[in-house]
Amino acid sequence: MPFWVVLLLAFAAFVALSAALHFEPGNRCGADFLAFARTMAGLLPPTFLLVGLFYAWVKRETVEKHMGSESGVQGYFWAIVLAGTIVGGLFVALPLCLVLQKKGASMKVILTFLNASMICRIPMTVFEASFLGVGFTIVRFAVSIPLLILIAWGMSSWLGEGFRISEP
Amino acid sequence: MVVAWVLMAALFSVSWFVNRERTLEAARLAWSLFREVLPMFVIVLVFTSLSLGLISEEVLLELLVGRGLLVGSITGAVAGSIAAIPSSVAFPLSAILLDKSVPYTVIAAFTTTLMMVGVVTFPLEREYLGFRAALVRNLAGLAMALVVSVAIGCFFGELP
Repeated sequence: MPFWVVLLLAFAAFVALSAALHFEPGNRCGADFLAFARTMAGLLPPTFLLVGLFYAWVKRETVEKHMGSESGVQGYFWAIVLAGTIVGGLFVALPLCLVLQKKGASMKVILTFLNASMICRIPMTVFEASFLGVGFTIVRFAVSIPLLILIAWGMSSWLGEGFRISEP
Repeated sequence: MVVAWVLMAALFSVSWFVNRERTLEAARLAWSLFREVLPMFVIVLVFTSLSLGLISEEVLLELLVGRGLLVGSITGAVAGSIAAIPSSVAFPLSAILLDKSVPYTVIAAFTTTLMMVGVVTFPLEREYLGFRAALVRNLAGLAMALVVSVAIGCFFGELP
């Protein structure tokens, strides 16, 4: 039996025992768990279905095609759009940085992509907006997108012309 | 909550009209994704309930809420930098904390560092970027979390 099932059963037993023995902290745990589970049951199905739709319709390779020549504002735009489609975080984003480097993208655009792949991923954003509200997401994006471009600029001029991302 | 359901229903109907096969694929993807995170989900939910119920909320929330926004945000940022949990678990957990009156400012510090700063993933990053660049990028992420927290705090009226 997997660990989480054992844990769930043990927890259920603990809550039942607490109810029988009028153990107040145990009762609180049970009540909290039920309240959390109710919230999750309301929000998880639409959120996962939205993320599923995203995965089914948006293919990363399509966006990647636009990343051929990276000059001017367009490069940043596509870097952020490409980052939005990343699945799996750093494990996918870092190898993609190498790909972008080989395609001749500038270090500013590559670092913009790397930072954006951490904070602008669409599936993640769907979860954020569902659970913390759209206002939270909009403010975070409005503040962090200029910042991540700024960080990419600062870092690439500090690292200098010779800096290259290396194959691990 | 209603917004999420309405949006999902609307996009699903559009998708269904355009391409039935792909819509079914989306549903299958959603299901397999859900099954993937379910174990972690249950574990986090049980431990959150246990710690909130047993250690008594007052003690646990003291650090996150009781000592002001600065201490709370630092605690959130440290937790977010060290923790390595997927966003499908982190945001529901954040919603629970929010429900327990943890301020948005603290939540923002937690979620932003969770995204931008990774102590656990640092060795991986170093392999590609080198030690210096990886360190600076993580520190920049920490600074970014600070700015985002302040902005979120102002937006939700928690900061003057």
